[in-house]
Amino acid sequence: MPALPYVANAVISGTLTGIVYGLMALGLSAIFGVVRQVNFAHGELMTLAMYGAVGAFQGLALDPFLTMIAAAMVFGVFGYVLQRGFLNRFIHRPEHLRMLLMIALAIIIGNGLLLAFGPDARSVQTSYQLDSFELGPLLVDKVRVYAAIAAVVATALLAAFFRLTLTGKAIRACADNPIGARVAGLPVAHLYAVTFGLGAASVAVAGCAMVQLIDVTPGLGPGYTLLAFVIVIVGGLGSMVGALLGGLAIGVSEALAGLLITPSAKSMVSFGLLVVLLLVRPQGLMGPGRR
Amino acid sequence: MTSDRPAGAGDRRRLALITVVTVALVTLPLVGSSYLVSVATLALYLAYVGQAWNVMMGFAGQLSLGHSLYVGLGAYVAAGIFVHFGVGPWAGLWLAVAICSAVGAFIGLLAFRLRISGVQLSLLTVAFAELARIGFDHLDWFGGPGGLFLRVGDRNHIDLLGFRGPPAMYYYAMLALAAGALGVCALLLRRRPGYYWRAIREDEVAAQALGIDTFRWKMLAVVLSSAMTAIAGVFFAFYNNSLFPEQIFGFGRSIEIILGPVIGGLGTLFGPIVGAVALVLLGDGTTEILAKAGVDLPGARQVVHGLVLLLVTIYLPNGLWPPLARALGFQPRRL
Amino acid sequence: MAAASTLAMYAFPRRLGAETAKLKVGVLLPRSGLQALIGQSCQRGADVAPELLRQRLGVDIELMNADTESNVDTARSRAERLIEQGAQVLVGAFDSGHTAAIAQVAEQRGVPHIVNIAAAPQITEQGYKFVFRNFPPAPEIGRNGLVLLGDIFREAKVAPKTAVFMHVNDTFGQAMAKGVAALLPKLSLPFKVVDTIPYDPAAKDLTVEVSRAKATNAELLLLVCRLNDAIVLRREMVKQRWSPMGVVSPGSPGLYEEQFSKGLGKYGDNCISNTVWFNPKNQITHDFAAAFKKRFPKDEFAFHGINASYTFDAVLIAADAFKRARSTDPKALAEAIRQTNIPATDRVSFGGPIKFNAKGQVDGNRSVVIQNLRGKPTVVLPAELAEGKLVFPMPKVS
Repeated sequence: MPALPYVANAVISGTLTGIVYGLMALGLSAIFGVVRQVNFAHGELMTLAMYGAVGAFQGLALDPFLTMIAAAMVFGVFGYVLQRGFLNRFIHRPEHLRMLLMIALAIIIGNGLLLAFGPDARSVQTSYQLDSFELGPLLVDKVRVYAAIAAVVATALLAAFFRLTLTGKAIRACADNPIGARVAGLPVAHLYAVTFGLGAASVAVAGCAMVQLIDVTPGLGPGYTLLAFVIVIVGGLGSMVGALLGGLAIGVSEALAGLLITPSAKSMVSFGLLVVLLLVRPQGLMGPGRR
Repeated sequence: MTSDRPAGAGDRRRLALITVVTVALVTLPLVGSSYLVSVATLALYLAYVGQAWNVMMGFAGQLSLGHSLYVGLGAYVAAGIFVHFGVGPWAGLWLAVAICSAVGAFIGLLAFRLRISGVQLSLLTVAFAELARIGFDHLDWFGGPGGLFLRVGDRNHIDLLGFRGPPAMYYYAMLALAAGALGVCALLLRRRPGYYWRAIREDEVAAQALGIDTFRWKMLAVVLSSAMTAIAGVFFAFYNNSLFPEQIFGFGRSIEIILGPVIGGLGTLFGPIVGAVALVLLGDGTTEILAKAGVDLPGARQVVHGLVLLLVTIYLPNGLWPPLARALGFQPRRL
Repeated sequence: MAAASTLAMYAFPRRLGAETAKLKVGVLLPRSGLQALIGQSCQRGADVAPELLRQRLGVDIELMNADTESNVDTARSRAERLIEQGAQVLVGAFDSGHTAAIAQVAEQRGVPHIVNIAAAPQITEQGYKFVFRNFPPAPEIGRNGLVLLGDIFREAKVAPKTAVFMHVNDTFGQAMAKGVAALLPKLSLPFKVVDTIPYDPAAKDLTVEVSRAKATNAELLLLVCRLNDAIVLRREMVKQRWSPMGVVSPGSPGLYEEQFSKGLGKYGDNCISNTVWFNPKNQITHDFAAAFKKRFPKDEFAFHGINASYTFDAVLIAADAFKRARSTDPKALAEAIRQTNIPATDRVSFGGPIKFNAKGQVDGNRSVVIQNLRGKPTVVLPAELAEGKLVFPMPKVS
């Protein structure tokens, strides 16, 4: 049995990483919940944001945690335009065609990045990047703490938006009953675009938070898309709290699995968790009851 | 579907076209270059796995994004017993089919009993493929991540029993498989399973109300699809002679399998074939054109590929086959 | 330019162009997809080759480049296409799976295939007659790396008593792990391996792996890695304040690469790789490095050292055989390649003379001890090649 501080360290790190994963997956979940669009380019959007953070750091010496705010805005607008000007035209197409659309976008973004920036890994170096907080026997990574705080703030802002603003409430109405929303005269096209914008903004924030934990390469996308899928299914498709919980569940269980079994097999635990959850509770941890 | 119409110029044209295509396919290795044979083998392979996937998604409406699972399992089972016990591919084939059908049945049983469908089902299939990928990374008996290598032997000598021979042999094997799959699918679609599958695909609740045992027919689609895909896996193992979990179970492989039928025309008989040919032509054609234009930028081909996929999805939502069929004088029907 | 050459190729098909003035070398590398970084690095070595070889050997070489896109099907069909377009020798293709597929095509078509880099032992165990490899298989790299480990301890006059072995669980990592496990008991090295920790090449987070390794209190980290995971892992070591006596790779990429030093700054320093390398004392290496610098002014040669030099040497082997065979006939070329005997001083990569054994494998490729000193990978052992002084144990990082 591993020593206690050692387990505690793993759990804390898993929790912090899990929260950031949760924020990344949250965008996917919101987009699916409202627009019913399976965003296969999610990981590529995050990669794009990470390149943005590296560029801002190298060009303007901006800390990624500051770039985050600008990135959220830029990606928000970009997401809005993408949905409003392009994706909205395909809302009524069958699911598999909309998936293919996003797969094509993912291929274009991933290889476009290779064309533009070459295959080299890129990173930012900040003064606090390798520091840790010392709490007795525990060492807690500073970047992870900041990243988790940013993720929590971003999630809280999103939740407040969806609960408190009129647009937010309208989007929720739209998610619950798209036909009803249309009948009631809600501007569905606009609401879809806002949702995609918010989803893109949250994945941009996640990207800026992640860029100090992992170097960015053009091929990073698909792995994170898959990870985000696992998280939202575990958490419950369309549920925002679920996405965070799903992230936490994946983060912590992988950390513990790394301690208890062969670490190279630890991602089996997330996929195993996914299978079990799908079978026991197909709607996910926080998904709506079975309809 | 032609029986009640008098034979006319259209029929003769169709017959001529079918004859030409058949002759071209059969004589390709005799007249074509070795490069053409290898590209055609790849196209036929993609057409075959696309057809297999189409049974599950195109006919019965059950979305799988993890079909690499069956390719990989089929390949590893046949290769494993070949490497360790010297059991040839013809015996291995049955074991591979049996195991993949069983795994397909297991996943289908879990999913359909618990009423998992749509995105959830697709993610369940991805999860099983990923579990297999990581699992096989830890199975030393199958070589783990270090790879499972098959003895290649003399390529100029045809050994049908050992499935060893020149590229043309693999080409004809794949041609036979693709034609066989087409035949089986055509037959099934014209009989009860085809009608029930379509009913389930269009509206499962209504199908159930009509008294169709939807569980049973969905299971048939999954088992048939996984069994067919397993055969492709056995082919892959003995064609490539080296297997790596990363390469064969990867998510990219599953996506590659679905692209053909979706581009060609989901749920149609010829869609997977047309789609596979189009994708291979697009891939190699773009490479050639870029090379001729003097563009040597790694990644440029894939960007063009993505753009074409995007355009096809936007402008040809039913795939390439329906408009092509009309142009050729066939009656395209999404069966 | 490529368009012109393609046109020329169609205008003068192979059987008409029986003139032996020019050798067409098809270079297959994964320049896009997951392995793009290494594929493009290897390509640089090939790109420099024609001009330098014209000067040195007086032979004309034309490169025909193809991208395998990190995909085995593409590797196979590109190889077929290159042969159809008139390639008389194939060079490639870094990845063992792709290389195995290309080797089959080469063997079938009777066109020599010179493997630049690929470490799976099985590639030269198939009884092929047209496949040649001037790169050590993984177990040999592992053995050379472990032997050098003993040299490090002797040079430093200090040795760890315990080690933890971490390795990436991919094709190369596993082959290395097997080699290391089999050899360690035989080599009477002073340390005991207290734990072996394999990790997923796609792992996005190595916190737990590192804390597991740290918990062993081992004095030495023996690491078989790739680039991206090496960076994540080293960062995590600093964050968890784990400073073993040394971080040594017994023969993997990762630690000596550009991004490792650039991304980690001073924390990248003093990490050690016992790896295949280029021979800095050879004249041809100086010429090659100069040509490289001229062609790629923004790139540091040392960071592309292994990829570029082994790829260059593969083209060199082809050119040398072409010169002796005085023919572009693939069979004659294969025969000439089999007779290759390039002295140790006339190659860029570090090793004995290039001679193929009956299996088409070169024995006697050697490894050196590379240490990152002030952000630059520097040879510290063996003494006759050393460009810098070994720092071991590595200073504790604060």
